[in-house]
Amino acid sequence: MATPQTNIAKPPLLSGRNLYYQFYRLSNKPELILGVLCLGILGILVLIPLFEIIKDSLTYQPYDTAYRPEAVVGTFTLFHLERVFTGPLSYALLYKPLMNSIAIGFFVTLIGVGVGTGLAWLLVRTNIKYKGVFGALIVIPYMMPSWVLALAWLSLFKNDRIGGSEGMFTSLFGAQPPDWVSYGFFPIVICLSLHYYAYGYLLMSGALATVDSELEEAGAICGMNRRQRFWRITLPLLLPALGSAIVMTFIRILGTFGTPALLGLPVRFFTFSTQIYASLNARNSGDAYVLALVLIVMAITFIWTNNRIIGIRKSFVTLTGKGFRQREIDLGVWVWPATLLVASFVVMSVALPMLILLWESLIITPGSYTLEGLTSHFWFGEGDPDIAYGEPGIIHSPGILTSLWNSIKLGVCAALINGLMGLLIGYAAVRGRGTLLSKWLEGVAFAPYIFPSIALGAIYIGMFSTSYGPVPALYGTFTILVMITVVKNLPFTSRTGIAAMLQIDKSLEETARVQGIGWFRRMAQIIIPMSTSGLVAGMLLTFITAMRELSLIILLLSPTNMVLTGLIFNYNEQDMTQHSGAVTLLLVMIIVGANLLVRVLSGGQGLSSLKSG
Amino acid sequence: MEKIELTGIQKFYGKEPAVRHLDLTVEPGTFLTILGPSGCGKTTTLRAIAGLEEPDTGEIRLGDRVVFSRDQGIIVPPENRNLGLIFQSYALWPHMTVERNITLALKEQKLTSSKVLSRLENALDMVQLSEYRHRYPSELSGGQQQRVAVARLIALRSQFLLMDEPLSNLDAKLRTEMRAELKRLHRDLEATTVYVTHDQIEALTLSDMVVVMNEGLVMQQGTPYDIYHHPSNMFMAEFIGDPKINKFTGDVKENAGKLVLDCGDFKFEIPEQLTPKTSNLIATVRPETIKISNEEQEGWIKIELESVQPTGATTIMQAHSENTALTLLQPEFIRMDAGDLLWIDVDAHTVNFFDPETEQNLLP
Repeated sequence: MATPQTNIAKPPLLSGRNLYYQFYRLSNKPELILGVLCLGILGILVLIPLFEIIKDSLTYQPYDTAYRPEAVVGTFTLFHLERVFTGPLSYALLYKPLMNSIAIGFFVTLIGVGVGTGLAWLLVRTNIKYKGVFGALIVIPYMMPSWVLALAWLSLFKNDRIGGSEGMFTSLFGAQPPDWVSYGFFPIVICLSLHYYAYGYLLMSGALATVDSELEEAGAICGMNRRQRFWRITLPLLLPALGSAIVMTFIRILGTFGTPALLGLPVRFFTFSTQIYASLNARNSGDAYVLALVLIVMAITFIWTNNRIIGIRKSFVTLTGKGFRQREIDLGVWVWPATLLVASFVVMSVALPMLILLWESLIITPGSYTLEGLTSHFWFGEGDPDIAYGEPGIIHSPGILTSLWNSIKLGVCAALINGLMGLLIGYAAVRGRGTLLSKWLEGVAFAPYIFPSIALGAIYIGMFSTSYGPVPALYGTFTILVMITVVKNLPFTSRTGIAAMLQIDKSLEETARVQGIGWFRRMAQIIIPMSTSGLVAGMLLTFITAMRELSLIILLLSPTNMVLTGLIFNYNEQDMTQHSGAVTLLLVMIIVGANLLVRVLSGGQGLSSLKSG
Repeated sequence: MEKIELTGIQKFYGKEPAVRHLDLTVEPGTFLTILGPSGCGKTTTLRAIAGLEEPDTGEIRLGDRVVFSRDQGIIVPPENRNLGLIFQSYALWPHMTVERNITLALKEQKLTSSKVLSRLENALDMVQLSEYRHRYPSELSGGQQQRVAVARLIALRSQFLLMDEPLSNLDAKLRTEMRAELKRLHRDLEATTVYVTHDQIEALTLSDMVVVMNEGLVMQQGTPYDIYHHPSNMFMAEFIGDPKINKFTGDVKENAGKLVLDCGDFKFEIPEQLTPKTSNLIATVRPETIKISNEEQEGWIKIELESVQPTGATTIMQAHSENTALTLLQPEFIRMDAGDLLWIDVDAHTVNFFDPETEQNLLP
C-alpha cells in the first residue's frame, strides 16, 4: 500500500535540465507548436494593424503639416481626435455621416429582418406553395454582391442631376424621377433591404426550424390563446436568433461601401464608410483612421450588448433531440395571395435586377432603352472608337480579362490559404482544448468579425503602405488583396475547421501515434482525408465571398491589381453602364455557378451554411 | 518478454489529482489489469505508459528503456515507444478499409511489401476476418470492428499491449466471447499486457495480476484469488464481489478463553493470530459462503426472506435475521418466496476482520 503524497517535487524552473526537458516536451506536442505559430501569424495580420492605426490616429501624419506647419510628423497629438469630434469640420466628418449610417442601418435592419422573418415564417411554418423553389431563389440576393441592386436601381432611375446618360424611367416615360428617388437615403435603404432580407431569412428560417411545435401546442393545452402563445413561447425561443440577425445586419450595413457609394456619392450623401473612403482619397488618413476606430468601437459595443442581453439564453434554444415535430399552419384562402407576395419579392430582388442589367448591357447608346438599339457589342464586340471610348466587349477587353483572371486568382488563393489556415487553427484549437492558448487562438481568429469591412481595409492601407524591414510596401499588390481576404474570412473558416476537427475523435489520431506514425503522416493519412468534405465546402464559400467583395478591398485596389468588382465600380463612375452591366452579369454567373457546386458537394447544406460567412 | 515498471508516478490536472502516487511493476509476459471505479486514475495510468499523458513526476521503464523520467528529463513520444494500444472506441480509421487499417503503420516502418502482406494475412487469420479485408469499418458489426482493432495490434508485433476498456462497447454475450479471445491472444503473443477496466468480472477472469485503484491510489495489488478472498481494506471488500459483501459490526468479548466478535445474533470467533486493538470490529462475509437449510439446525441462525431473485444458474436472496440485514447467493435456482424462513450458518474460515477506524484488514 503506497503512502499518499500530494506535493509535487519539480526541479527548479530555470535550471538547464529543466529548460532542456521543457523544450523536448514541446517538440512532442505538435498542436502546441502549431497553436503558437498560428497565434503569431494571426497576431501580425490582425492585432498589429489595429495597434498601428491607433498609433497613426494619435500622431501627426505628413499631410497634417498643411494645417499645422509646426507639427513634427510622428509625434503624439490629439489633432485628429479634435478634428473629428469637436473641430469645425466634425459635423461633416463624423456626425452627419454617422447619423446617415445609423438611420440607414435602422431602416434596413427593420425592413430586412422584418421581411426576412416574415418570409421565413411563411416558408417554414405554413402550407404556402412552391416552398422548394422559393427557398432556393430567395437567398440568391445574398450570394450576389450587395451593390448589384444599386447598379440596377441606377439603370432604372438615374436622372439628369449629375449629367451623363439617363435611366430607363426617363427613357420610357419622358419624365425625370425626383432626386430623392434617384439618389441618397431612400434608394440606399431600398436596395440594401432587398439584399439583407435574405440574410435575415437565412438566420430566422434556421431558428424557426428548430422550434418544436409541440412546445406551442403545450401552451395551447395550458389555455393560452394564439397571441399569448406567440408572445410567451415562440418569440422568446426565437429571440437569440433575432438578436444576432439584427446586430449582424446592422454591423454589416455600417461597414458596407458599394451601395452608398453608387447611390450616395453623386449627390454628396455620405455614410460612415464612404466618408472613410473620401478621407483616404483626400489623403487625410488620420481622420480616416479615427473614423474607422469609431466604427470598430460601435461594432464591438453592439456585439457585446447582444451577447449580454441574449447570449446567455442561447443554451436552451436549438435542438432537444426527441419529441420533435413541425406542424404546418393552414393559411386557408390566403395561400395564393401569400404565394404571390413571396413570388413578387423574388421577382423584385432577383429577376428584375438581372433583367435590367442584361438590357443595360445590350443597348448601343447609354440611356436609350429601345428595342432597335440592341447590340451584343459589349459582350463580343471588338473595340470601336465611337463606342464607349473604344473599350472592346468583355471577351476582347484585356482590362476585363485581366481583372477576371485576378478575381479568380484571388478567390482561389484565398480559398486555399483559408482552407489550410482553417485546418491548422481547427487542429490546434481542438487538440489543445482547455488550454489558454486554444482560447486565445479562437478569440484572435474571431476578431476580424468585429472589424467592418471598410475599416479593415483602412487598417491595411495604414499598415502596408510603407515597408517594414524585409516586408516591402504591399499597397497596390495582389498579395495584400489575398491577405485581407484571408483575414476577413478567418472567423468563418476557423469555425469550419474547428467543426470539422471536432468530428474526428481524438483516439483516431492517438492510435496512429502509438503505432509509430509521425505527425505529417498522421495529418496526410488521417486528419486531412477525414475533414475534407467540410473544408472543401468552406473553401468554396470563401471563393464566392472573395469574388464578390468590394467594401473590403476598394481602398486597396489600383490598376495593377484590379479585380472584377472594382472594375464594375470604375465603369460605373465613368458612366460606361453597358460594360458595368455586362461585367456584373458575368460575375453573378460565376458566383451562382460556384454556389451550385457548394450545394452539390455539401448535399444541399451549402446555402444554410452561408449564413455564418 | 520484458517488464513494465512505473515508479513514483503522480499526475495532477490543475489541483485535481488523477494519480496521487503509483509504483507498479508488470512482470514480463504477465496480464495485469488495473481495476477501479471511474475517475480512479486507471486510464490516466495507461495513457501515461503509452506516452499520451505526461506525468508530473516519476519514471516509466519499458524493459530496460527509460521512456519517461522527470528527474532525468526524458520523455519519449508515443510514436517511439513501440507499444500496441486498443481503445474503448476501437479507433478504426473510418475512411480506410480493414486492410489499410492494419497495414498503415507497417508501411510506415518501411517493411518490405511481402512482409507486410504476410503479417496482414496472419493477423486476419488469427481473428478470422480474412474475407472482410476490403470492407470499411462502417460495414462491420461491433464485434468485427473490435477484432480488426485486435488484428491491427497483432500485426504490429509489439512486446507490450495496452488495452483501455476494449470490451465495454459490446453486448454481454459478445463480451464473454471476446474475453476468451483476448486471453488466447495474450498467450499466443506472449506480450506484457496492461488492461484497464471498471468491470471486475473482466479483471478476475482475464488477469494474472490485478491492481485496484481508487482516487488516484493503489488499494491492493494481487492475484485474482487474493483480491477476492483477502481484501486489504474495507473499500476492497465492498468494491469486489457482486452481490455486495455482508458487513457486521460488533463488540469484542471474551468467551471461555477465546475472543468472540458479538454482533447480536451473529457471533464470530476471532482467530488466535489476531489481537484487536479496539473494542469493536467489522466482520465481512461473502454471500455465497453462507450455508442454508430449510430446517432448524443446532447453532444455526433463523432468517426471514425479503426477496428472491433467481438469475438462472444462481439465486440472489435478501433476508434479515432478528437484528441484521443479509444478502445470500446460492448456486442453484431456488423457488421460494418473500416471508419464507431459512436457517443459515457462516463458515468461520471465510470471515475477514477489519479495524473500524483504519478500515484495514486485520488478518495477515
